[in-house]
Amino acid sequence: MSVETETRERTRAGSSLPAWSGERLRFAIFAAVLLLAPVWLPLIGSYTDLGTRVLVYALAAMGLNLLLGFTGGLSFGHAAYFGLGAYGTGLMLRYVGPNMWLAVAAGVLLGGFAATLVGPVVMRRRGIYFAMITIAIGQMFYFIAVRWNNFTGGEDGLTGFQREPLALPGGSVTLTGPHFYYFVLFFFAVGVFLLWRVLNSPLGHAMVGARENSRRLEFLGIRVERLTWISFAISGFVTALAGSMNALLNNFTSPLDLYWQLSGYFVIICVLGGMRNFWGPFVGAAIYVIMQDYASTMTKNWLSVIGVMFMLVVLFFPRGLLGVLARRRSG
Amino acid sequence: MELLLFDAFNGLIVGFFYALMALGLSLILGLNSVINFAHGGFMALGGYLAFTLVPIIGFWGALILAPFAAAALGILAERGLIRPLYGRDPLYSLLLTFGLALILEDITRTVWGAQGLPFAIPNFLNHPLNNVYFFVTGYRVFVVIVTAIATAGLFAVLRFTRLGICIRAGNADLETVASLGVNIYFLRGANFALGILLAGLAGILAAGQLGLTPTMGSSLIMPSFVAIIVGGAGSLIGSLLGGLIIGVAAGITTAYFPSASEVVIYLIMAFVLMVRPRGLLGQEGLFE
Amino acid sequence: MDIFTRNLGRRTVLGSAAAAAAGAMIYPARGTFAASETPVRIGMIDPLTGTYAALGSSEVLGAKVALNEVNKAGGILGRPVELLVEDSAADPGTAVQKARKLVNSEKVNFLMGAVSSAEALSLSQAAEELKTFYLDTGGHTDLVTGTQCRWTTFRTCSTTWMLTAGNFQTLFDKFGKDWYFITPDYAFGHSLEQDYSEQLRKAGGKVLGNALAPLGTTDFSSYLIQARAAKPSVLIILTAGDDLVNSLKQATQFGLDKEMAISGALQELEVLQALPPAARLGWWTFEWWWDQPNQPHVADFVTAYKAASGGKVPSARSWFGFASLHAIALAANKAKTLDTMSMVKAMEGLELPPEVALQPNNPFYRAADHQLIANEFPGYVISNGTYPNLFHVADIVPESKIGKSAAEAGCKMTYPS
Repeated sequence: MSVETETRERTRAGSSLPAWSGERLRFAIFAAVLLLAPVWLPLIGSYTDLGTRVLVYALAAMGLNLLLGFTGGLSFGHAAYFGLGAYGTGLMLRYVGPNMWLAVAAGVLLGGFAATLVGPVVMRRRGIYFAMITIAIGQMFYFIAVRWNNFTGGEDGLTGFQREPLALPGGSVTLTGPHFYYFVLFFFAVGVFLLWRVLNSPLGHAMVGARENSRRLEFLGIRVERLTWISFAISGFVTALAGSMNALLNNFTSPLDLYWQLSGYFVIICVLGGMRNFWGPFVGAAIYVIMQDYASTMTKNWLSVIGVMFMLVVLFFPRGLLGVLARRRSG
Repeated sequence: MELLLFDAFNGLIVGFFYALMALGLSLILGLNSVINFAHGGFMALGGYLAFTLVPIIGFWGALILAPFAAAALGILAERGLIRPLYGRDPLYSLLLTFGLALILEDITRTVWGAQGLPFAIPNFLNHPLNNVYFFVTGYRVFVVIVTAIATAGLFAVLRFTRLGICIRAGNADLETVASLGVNIYFLRGANFALGILLAGLAGILAAGQLGLTPTMGSSLIMPSFVAIIVGGAGSLIGSLLGGLIIGVAAGITTAYFPSASEVVIYLIMAFVLMVRPRGLLGQEGLFE
Repeated sequence: MDIFTRNLGRRTVLGSAAAAAAGAMIYPARGTFAASETPVRIGMIDPLTGTYAALGSSEVLGAKVALNEVNKAGGILGRPVELLVEDSAADPGTAVQKARKLVNSEKVNFLMGAVSSAEALSLSQAAEELKTFYLDTGGHTDLVTGTQCRWTTFRTCSTTWMLTAGNFQTLFDKFGKDWYFITPDYAFGHSLEQDYSEQLRKAGGKVLGNALAPLGTTDFSSYLIQARAAKPSVLIILTAGDDLVNSLKQATQFGLDKEMAISGALQELEVLQALPPAARLGWWTFEWWWDQPNQPHVADFVTAYKAASGGKVPSARSWFGFASLHAIALAANKAKTLDTMSMVKAMEGLELPPEVALQPNNPFYRAADHQLIANEFPGYVISNGTYPNLFHVADIVPESKIGKSAAEAGCKMTYPS
């Protein structure tokens, strides 16, 4: 990748609201589409929960992409933090009390701190080795969820909790249908804003620098290991937030939410949409969720459909959809 | 105390199987720089191919032929799918084999059915050798012996054949090997095939003990990953050692704290990584 | 390779050659439907991939045979019936997702399905939330119609208590009072183990130990070592599906069958098929068996199923799917509306006619806990048997004699006001 295109893409990645008015207009349209989803989704024969699931997967993948696409850390174990977020929320609702804010906070903190603790073990590694270690550590959390039966519900998953009315200053709101969609959209916006701020800060630029040329950064006195750690932790917090939303979406969570296959799906979502692009994982999530939803209804060989998608993306669209589009636009 | 001994011994036997899987993975990780997620899929394929071959050429024929059949399919996958990805971000080969694993599972289910299949083994292997060490069945001894032979064979190939020497040299410095006129595309293909050969063999051995199901691959691959990390990436002996260590550790844990028997291998891994980040016998800075 | 197109047709109403002799007698004869009639939609969620794929596929095929009969006989309220099958991949989370999709997007009227207890529990919770009728076909844990019973949920397969009570006395009398359990570490296994232990203690026996194996365990050797060290007279293996295949196979390879009796609760045709002859042994319970020479209509179902499956004999799972779909049609026709509450009321106490029950003692859905009260088929595995003659039914035990009452099972049914 030439330096020139790199800089351009980095600008695109870093700022979703640049001065250019066309870009601003596009963002406004995008926001409107998201805000009106509960209105137009049923009109095209779909359903609101599908839109909610796109948001959940998009947030998880965008969180992962801070590490994967912008810092260059090949994490193949992010389902663990997603799942821990889900369990944190579920356990809080089940054992402590019906407070939604606390429940979300518990999920985010559980998943986020787990990632923060894992960081030092993996931060010195890069490339394939990083991938192997993250996947194996993820599996450790998976087995804890499976075997700590009387607390987590084990293999059967955690039941016995559900979305509670949301306490707001003006009263409480029941979270069904579109209400829940907007609840998730709110947290999606919070997570995305956080990522955007990080990427536009000096810290974010340093992360991209670490991806491109870690040695040069070391010469400048910046410790790449620590950068990887910070990126891993933030990414874990955001992914955990997505996991928390997922638990509330299903009113259920099971160890499969921590399983390594889900980690793989998150990675392909990032690549599919374009992992050098800030909104790439969102596009990837939309395509993946809709395709999986459709394929698994049409054929029981849907695993092959997903598998072939993996291969096509890797072999023919390694830059992802937004990557291809961006390149075409710049000529 | 006797129970502990039993569990340790039993774990060692299980460890041999992990080691066989880990060796193949490790081989491919070395020269091809690919984490082969599809290893489990090829393993299942080896078992299923043997199942189809047994009625025609018998158990022993299938034991020899099926791994080669799996390896042949492995070569096709390497040529058609993995070769274009050499030299690119390792992320891509990882995702590709991940997708391939899903497809292989689906193919085995579509061709041979979701229903589990029994895999018959020669009758004389079907019994315990000794009444006290009842868990040492003829078949498990057979698995250990075949693994040992395959391992010895692999090391002999790497040590004494031209191909093996090229593979080892390629592991150390692929560019130099290429500049010396060795066809590295051929070399990588052969190396991948060798890895899949071991996977196919593992598949048959597993089938004899567990029977065949389309999902058998995905459940058996993870311990082999851990074996490689514990043993150290880049070291075949390390992978072998890693497999045996986690087998024994899991076995011993079962005696005292059964519900931790899966988690313990990951704890060992985390411990090794903290004390010695490159693994027991790994080389520093490899694959990074 | 046509792996992508092969199953595309499975959502359409089955027009295959499955015989409908039985159906014609229960429903008013009506061959075709007017094009304007909107179909009644039944959503079926079962694992078609993953560990339980074989069991899930049997349930789906059984349901399709019933679907064909129902449609030939006039459908539901004169409308054709459509079966929408979704793959849960043995993941309860996915099962919930699919349930929401089926109800919210596909507008199905009823839900059915589940192989594992985990799927059944999560689907039961989701169905209540969606205020949709749900019939659990094959998730066994006591909880579904016990302490976690719900007004929208019914169940066709038996409870784990019934499974254990079906052959407890036989095992106890025949093999002795010192038992050791190998239990899968999830709801189904836990309830089986508790149910056996309760009866064993009452009868004066002793539980020597219980090894918990997680779902998907491939190597059972360490559990078997613990089991043998305890020197029990009976080794009870409670695993299911592929795990049961693996554990039985290894237990016989270790020669444990020569030192103790190996038996268990639930046995399935799919499992026996996957076992090598040497590992086919023990006393077990089936929930339905295809070979009942004295029971009318059973042979018709076997013929119809064979035609639809390409020669396979129906298993208990096939019967779950078959009976469940018929039960939904019967109840809906009785309720004369598709409304959930009326449907639930029509289902409560519904007795399956002989063409659907395919077993003696008039099975019915008990109103108090929504559990089907049918029969258990305890017996033993025929050594050196050939498919499909792998099991000898020693006795047909009515569940009304061995089952717990709804109160004993802990079910307090509450309805929305």
